Amino acid sequence: MSGTFVGMPAFPPFPRAAHDAVRDTTLRGNLRHATHTIRDKRAKAVAELADWQQLREAGKRIKDDTLRHLDRYLVQLEESVTAAGGTVHWAADADEANRIVADLIKATGETEVVKVKSMATQEIGLNEALAAEGIHAYETDLAELIVQLGDDRPSHILVPAIHRNRGEIRDIFLEKMGSWGRPAPDGLTDTPADLAEAARLHLREKFLRAKVGISGANFMVAETGTLVVFESEGNGRMCLTLPETLISVVGIEKVVPTWQDLEVFLQTLPRSSTAERMNPYTSMWTGTADGDGPQTFHLVLLDNGRTDALADDIGRQALRCIRCSACLNVCPVYERAGGHAYGSVYPGPIGAILTPQLRGTTSGIDASLPYASSLCGACYEVCPVAIDIPEVLVHLREKVAGQGGRGHRLEKAAMKAVGWAMDRPAVMAAGERAMARTRALHPKRPPGAQAWTDSRDLPELPEAPFRDWWKKNRT
Amino acid sequence: MSSRDRILARVRTAVADAPAAPAITRDYLTSHTPDDPVAVLDLLHENLADYRAVVHRTDAAGPLITELLAARGSGSVLVPDGLPREWLSGATAVRIDDTPDSTAAELDAVDSVVTGCALAIAETGTIVLDAGPGQGRRRISLVPDHHICVVRVPDQVVASVPQAMSRLDPRRPLTWISGPSATSDIELDRVEGVHGPRTLEVVLLSG
Ligand code: SF4
Repeated sequence: MSGTFVGMPAFPPFPRAAHDAVRDTTLRGNLRHATHTIRDKRAKAVAELADWQQLREAGKRIKDDTLRHLDRYLVQLEESVTAAGGTVHWAADADEANRIVADLIKATGETEVVKVKSMATQEIGLNEALAAEGIHAYETDLAELIVQLGDDRPSHILVPAIHRNRGEIRDIFLEKMGSWGRPAPDGLTDTPADLAEAARLHLREKFLRAKVGISGANFMVAETGTLVVFESEGNGRMCLTLPETLISVVGIEKVVPTWQDLEVFLQTLPRSSTAERMNPYTSMWTGTADGDGPQTFHLVLLDNGRTDALADDIGRQALRCIRCSACLNVCPVYERAGGHAYGSVYPGPIGAILTPQLRGTTSGIDASLPYASSLCGACYEVCPVAIDIPEVLVHLREKVAGQGGRGHRLEKAAMKAVGWAMDRPAVMAAGERAMARTRALHPKRPPGAQAWTDSRDLPELPEAPFRDWWKKNRT
Repeated sequence: MSSRDRILARVRTAVADAPAAPAITRDYLTSHTPDDPVAVLDLLHENLADYRAVVHRTDAAGPLITELLAARGSGSVLVPDGLPREWLSGATAVRIDDTPDSTAAELDAVDSVVTGCALAIAETGTIVLDAGPGQGRRRISLVPDHHICVVRVPDQVVASVPQAMSRLDPRRPLTWISGPSATSDIELDRVEGVHGPRTLEVVLLSG
């Protein structure tokens, strides 16, 4: 399904985009500070649980079981949600999902909606599609608000405005809030507390009058029909409880079989994501509740390339992802290149394996993504559902290389781009430490101009340190 | 063919040759805390405070709540159905009932809300509301800027997330609250209090 749209179309291949990002020193400074801060905090939060590895294994197996019997669980989910008063819709691709949501909103007579941050709705470009129909979708997550007001693109799964510092955010608020609603207060400073207060005031009037809310979901329980949203700011609760109509757009892989399964992810997701024992707010709802919250609930189940990924016996593990973003924060390539270089709403290591599977590898950006990695393995180490990202990257590289001449050209360019990350000793030092653990996955030959020989049996690493090997062998 | 049938057919084709998934393992711990009510309560207190909830312990909820509302200068307080009368018997704030027809703007004008909860989780410093008696509709613990939540000790205190899950009913709307709302979206500096109540006070009520 090469036509699958995963947001941000027509981007330059990873190499070029990454090159621009590396030259931008503000961006790099912001990113390094942010990723290192989360990384350290996360390690502490995870270390508090003596059974982390057991939880990780349970999470992995729950998701694998889900994927193996996805048809059954989806049908069960549909029954549960319907029995609880909700309506279930199925969308094969982005266009269909956008069409369904636009029609549902139009049926209410409303022309504005409030949204809680959701990867799925970003993926399908819902806001743009609604705008084309004359419907304003207001992002209410602070970071998404910064991105939306700045006419910008998200660069991190969890902290979409990670590339902006406080001064830039203040300027965006002062300049743009007025044209979207309540203007920023005069004399707004750049302290985070003042900026958060400005966002509170700006969004409050929108929450209080909203009739339609749009969300995604972190999990859906087949057994009970329960949807779950994890959040921090309370904007999610506003969108999920104040409007009369709630529309949730959720990828089909977000289902889990049983209520009990949530106890695993309720422990692993907050710690792995925001490095908290628990995030401030988690909402769980099952269909509609009499007199409490939206009385009309629609669930739109989204495929949009997921069944293509599901068909790949190595690649399907990417569908276990719970979008915690831990893999971004440990990735030396992400840290240097920034989220935008990945050309989709899914940046970092997970984006490098998910986007090419959802969209196919026919475009430059998508074919280059599997090369946006040094294969250091740090992403696998931190992944709370044990996705072997290096394994999938190598597998996807084989696929690209198998596309012939064009594939080779892309391969070469992408490897060059990752090259300068390798030239930075500090970046590589971290990578090399993790390297030993994934030796079996590293190619014998530098994946430069030559096609892979027999990369199926993944030979050993060279004797020389990786950086030397890289310098010597790259083209 | 409907999209539903198309998606389900694609799923079936995609996994037709996939190996069986290994059985789900649940050898993780059901609790990380010694089975000692005093230790569990102390841990709850500590973790609530760590995420900036203001924690009080008492065996008489009424006088304490009266004091908390007065200290804050609250002129009005939202009261859910089924809230024990004595909790608010001394309060001078105007009582506003939680009704289905009140608008969001009306709720926004109320200073405080007092609720009970379904349970509290020590290991994560979380209170869970399930819209049961004394808890009200989800929005009443969201819109006012000051939330006082009473936890009955020890009945409503569990040690861990797995223990909480087995006591909760998924058919009820559930709100898990761990400290006041917060954001770290600006340079990862944590700011407490964005859209939900900026002040969360938890009363641990024993006896
Ligand atoms: S791939 Fe793993 S580490 Fe990365 S976002 Fe998904 S769940 Fe988190």
